[in-house]
Amino acid sequence: MKSVNTDSALHVKGQSRFIDDLPLPQGTLHAAVYGSPYACAENIHLDLLSAIKMPGIAAIITAKNIPGENQIGNIIADEVLLAGDHVDYMGQPLAIVVAETARQARAAVDRIRISGDLKKPVTDPREAARTGLLIAPPRTFNLGDVEKSWENCAYIFEGRAESGGQEHLYLEMQGAIAEPRENGKIHITSSTQGPTAVQRQAARVLGIPMHKVEVDVLRLGGGFGGKEDQATPWACMAAVAARLTGKPVKLMLRRHEDMHMTGKRHPYSSDYKIGLDKNYKIIAYEAAFYQNAGAHADLSTAVLERTLFHATNSYFIPNVKATAFSCRTNLPPNTAFRGFGGPQGMFVIESAITHAAEELGIDAFEIQKANLLKDRDTFSYGQEVKHAQAQACWDDAVSRYNLDDRISKINEFNRKNRLQKKGLALMPICFGISFTATFMNQANALVHVYTDGSVGISTAAVEMGQGVNMKIRQVAAKVFSISLDKVFIESTNTTRSANTSPTAASAAADLNGHATRIACENILERLINSAAENLTLNDVSRISIRDGVVFNEDNPSSLTWENLVSQTYLKRISLSAHAHYSTPEVYFDKEKEKGDPFAYHTYGTAIIEAYVDCLRGTYRIESVNASHDFGESINKTVDLGQAEGGIIQGLGWMMLEEIIYDENGKLQTGNLSTYKVPDIYFAPEEMNVHFLENPYPSAAIYNSKAIGEPPLMYGIGGYFAIRNALKAFKPDLKKEFIAPMTNERVLMLLLSCEEKTEKTIKTEIPAAAK
Amino acid sequence: MISFILNNTEITTTEPAGSVLLDFIRSQQLTGTKEGCREGDCGACLVLQGKISGNSVIYKSINSCLVPLGNVHGSHIVTIEGIDTGVLNPLQQAFVEEGATQCGYCTPGFILAETAYLLKNNQPKADQAIAALDGNICRCTGYMSIKRAVTKTCTVLSESSGNAKTSSSNLSNLIEKGFLPEYFDDIPGRLKKIPADTSYKIEHPEYVVAGGTDLYVQKEADISDKNIRLIFNSIHLGDIYEKNGFIYLGGGTTVSDFIESDLINRHLPRIKDQLKLHSSTPIRNRATLAGNIVNASPIADMTIILLALDATLLLEGRNGRRPVSLRKFYNGYKKYDLAKNELIRMVFFPVPSAHSSFNFEKVSRRTYLDIASVNTAAYLEYKDDKIHRAHISAGGVAPFPLFLEKTSELLTSSVFNKNVMATVLESARKEISPISDMRGSAEYKSVLLGQLLTAHFLIFFPQLNLMDQEL
Repeated sequence: MKSVNTDSALHVKGQSRFIDDLPLPQGTLHAAVYGSPYACAENIHLDLLSAIKMPGIAAIITAKNIPGENQIGNIIADEVLLAGDHVDYMGQPLAIVVAETARQARAAVDRIRISGDLKKPVTDPREAARTGLLIAPPRTFNLGDVEKSWENCAYIFEGRAESGGQEHLYLEMQGAIAEPRENGKIHITSSTQGPTAVQRQAARVLGIPMHKVEVDVLRLGGGFGGKEDQATPWACMAAVAARLTGKPVKLMLRRHEDMHMTGKRHPYSSDYKIGLDKNYKIIAYEAAFYQNAGAHADLSTAVLERTLFHATNSYFIPNVKATAFSCRTNLPPNTAFRGFGGPQGMFVIESAITHAAEELGIDAFEIQKANLLKDRDTFSYGQEVKHAQAQACWDDAVSRYNLDDRISKINEFNRKNRLQKKGLALMPICFGISFTATFMNQANALVHVYTDGSVGISTAAVEMGQGVNMKIRQVAAKVFSISLDKVFIESTNTTRSANTSPTAASAAADLNGHATRIACENILERLINSAAENLTLNDVSRISIRDGVVFNEDNPSSLTWENLVSQTYLKRISLSAHAHYSTPEVYFDKEKEKGDPFAYHTYGTAIIEAYVDCLRGTYRIESVNASHDFGESINKTVDLGQAEGGIIQGLGWMMLEEIIYDENGKLQTGNLSTYKVPDIYFAPEEMNVHFLENPYPSAAIYNSKAIGEPPLMYGIGGYFAIRNALKAFKPDLKKEFIAPMTNERVLMLLLSCEEKTEKTIKTEIPAAAK
Repeated sequence: MISFILNNTEITTTEPAGSVLLDFIRSQQLTGTKEGCREGDCGACLVLQGKISGNSVIYKSINSCLVPLGNVHGSHIVTIEGIDTGVLNPLQQAFVEEGATQCGYCTPGFILAETAYLLKNNQPKADQAIAALDGNICRCTGYMSIKRAVTKTCTVLSESSGNAKTSSSNLSNLIEKGFLPEYFDDIPGRLKKIPADTSYKIEHPEYVVAGGTDLYVQKEADISDKNIRLIFNSIHLGDIYEKNGFIYLGGGTTVSDFIESDLINRHLPRIKDQLKLHSSTPIRNRATLAGNIVNASPIADMTIILLALDATLLLEGRNGRRPVSLRKFYNGYKKYDLAKNELIRMVFFPVPSAHSSFNFEKVSRRTYLDIASVNTAAYLEYKDDKIHRAHISAGGVAPFPLFLEKTSELLTSSVFNKNVMATVLESARKEISPISDMRGSAEYKSVLLGQLLTAHFLIFFPQLNLMDQEL
């Protein structure tokens, strides 16, 4: 059996079920949500009279009907489930309409009328910071002494970099089904990356203990971070509606509702100042990040923290000062998205390096390669660099993919062509693996071996296409040495896996894989002891299971896996185990902003080539070739898929995908005809991902390093490859670093002139935030 | 009553003709067909529609979210469940082996879109087979594995297919190779038993629906239970023929019909490539010329092309027929010269001269499956050294698809050179009035049109070395 995603065979036959596909309990009602048409308003009054008279309506629920606490804020308690007398963003849920059919519910939603006192919304993070609208106090990471270092720099450059938001566009929309059960219990089927988050917040809004809420997750039709915290409101609304009507309630968002009501990747506006010596060593780096958090905290403070962790990407810089502001605006709360703030930080340093290179008249990769992380360097947060693979990945990419040859071909092409140009960029990455909130680095697994030898496993990991279920199957099959088809992964369920961390931070296979490994090893130990008894051998160290057969040293015995299991059961020995795993040795001191927050780092380098039609102002990415540090991959099909998918998603963020809000806070790109994600033509002709095998042991499960997020950041190189192609056409290109690099930006850049303006860095903390 | 075959089952339903196929399919517990966007932009709901043609059935991919149920009368609708052979077929197997499915939500749509291609092409080619997936969005894989799976399938199939065969034996070939279950063989006979479609005979309809590819995006909730007249399947509305120096196209001609017409390809040899920029395969299979024209979107690709071809509309109403030049048809944003009871019966334009060139340019945010920021088409006819006739159109720069009348006049009778180009670009700038929206700022659209007009001339006059100066 080839180890591809566990559900692949179901998917290609259309047999895998998502929330919308589940058979519904009898009498299920359907809910639709009324979202605010205002981005910022007070004294809200809802007129429900006409809506309630519509056919099929069972209930219209507003803030005052919520049985428990009207609060779902996870890190900071600043987010109501339903808005009451004021609204903070357009699309903010104000009422839940429950009807016999979803169509009836939506028809009634259209009849709800609202009035209120409108205020001018804030949509710009710098404006929010100026007026003290911050989610939390600013954070600053310091290394060395930046202020004193500037005088040691031969070159200093400063400027601004802006990166846009990104809609997750998980193909399956947000949704949940809530079913009241006996004893006041409520069962929720949710499309969430964080079943425990749903359980905790549902208990809170219902005013009941967590043991009365059971959350079950079969699979997700994509998550990408968008269902880490933001699956919660819809599940809670379904739960409240189910509690109040006494009936099962299904709530599925439509695409345009999902896009208007949920948060996205955080847009950032940032200032940078970079100083280099004569050998292009970066001596000092200062940055200020203004994160557009939207109206509520959601995960913004954690995202902000990761921006700081990755502000220097894969480079060692001895003097760093990075400050970050989480700015409250009147947009839907922005949230986790693959990379979790890391890509936003990396885009800024890559812009700074490119800026410096362009001023110095050299290629950016001359600066990049002079500053790659080495063992015993220090990250700005104090962690020492161990087993660095930055140089190894860089060197491998350069030679494997013939960098020099590619450059000379591009130069030749550019000489021969007036209106068509090509450009190339390298993108090294370094990404820390672990939740930066140390307490979240734990997981548990429940393993049952049934009397016929089949194995069922429950963990906290949520399968959303990333292949975690297959990796967990592989772990169990490896520990027991049985075939994969003996191992089944159950749904993720809060009654089988309690107090879990969300499937996020690329860490689910590591955390849940280790927990599964420990549980399986516990059972294996009992089985080996049992086998020793059966084979009348005293030395258990001689006994092993190999491919489903019990071995005495290198000799197969007559005892098969199935026989051993059933005989062990008859001896009244437990064939189940529950195990807990917590990542060793990670910690972070937020007072000092120092610590060892990451279990390990993962590295890589990609070479990206772009083609630009300078007449039409259009482009395409021609190739992406990466050498990536996979550790020792246990599943190359799955890992390659994560790498390729991440790269394209990163390119989409940098080039194609543009979230536009107007000055009233209204989303202008709220459907698929206006918000464009990569299609099959967008994918480059050439993409290679080389598995750089790295034997240094890590905390990764069987040293198969986390892969979910890191490859997305190769996409940043696409931006600079296009920029280099543009420079081949127009050498005095304006030093403007605004992503995404849309066709419009390309053409306007080609036709614009360099502005000779001084840009100064602003890192002083706004008065109101002190 | 609507009767059709859904996979292997005869269906007769009294559901409204205007309700969408996607909802009907899912109400039958066929949940492999997914709701993704309800606007034809993702392909998660993609299914096959087979229509009887002679003794065989021709299958095309369609977005079930935009198809009125009434339009499937008399046809074979195939969902992912309908191609199940009990085991994984070779295409499905390739998707599994290459990891071409991750979360799985989009996968049935991809499998069916590819199946439509394989049904049509017995010598599949990888690039075309990949292009057949132009209406499907996958957010997980980045498409690389999907391309590998499709390429692998094409290789296997071409190696084993032998000589080119007719359409029906292509079906037999796919059945034989295990791509499709055997019941497909009986479908033609079963379809013939279904009585004819009468949905276009509805009197006093509240809506007249052709392809529905825009109407259903905008107004599905309103249309679904109304009395509607479906004209997509009307006889003769899809005719394409040449007569007395004109090419005639039925108003119901789909973009796919247009692209695949030998007559059109003979006179516009590059149109096949140019129209890859128009929506996606499943949308092109439904979108009609008349629909494109009356939707009156300022960036309507087909209308822009027809304007440059100097098309005339033949309108048909209770009081007979009347011709209207497409150039004169529009008089404001979504306003045009069409009475309530009138339909666009025909579109016709002069056969392009042997001494002419035609070009279509379009730039959108995403190159494919996107709505233009600006598009333009140009038709130039030459006599001796001069431009004898010039028709240039521009979309996205006015409240409706614009014929650049003065600019076209300027070109007429001119000997083209750099100076003419400069005056032409200047004239075009004066004729347009773009607005800023999510498809670009007014300034960008104005600049972009200049670039695209320049592109026309670079293609038409490569010998003139027009671009040795600045952009």
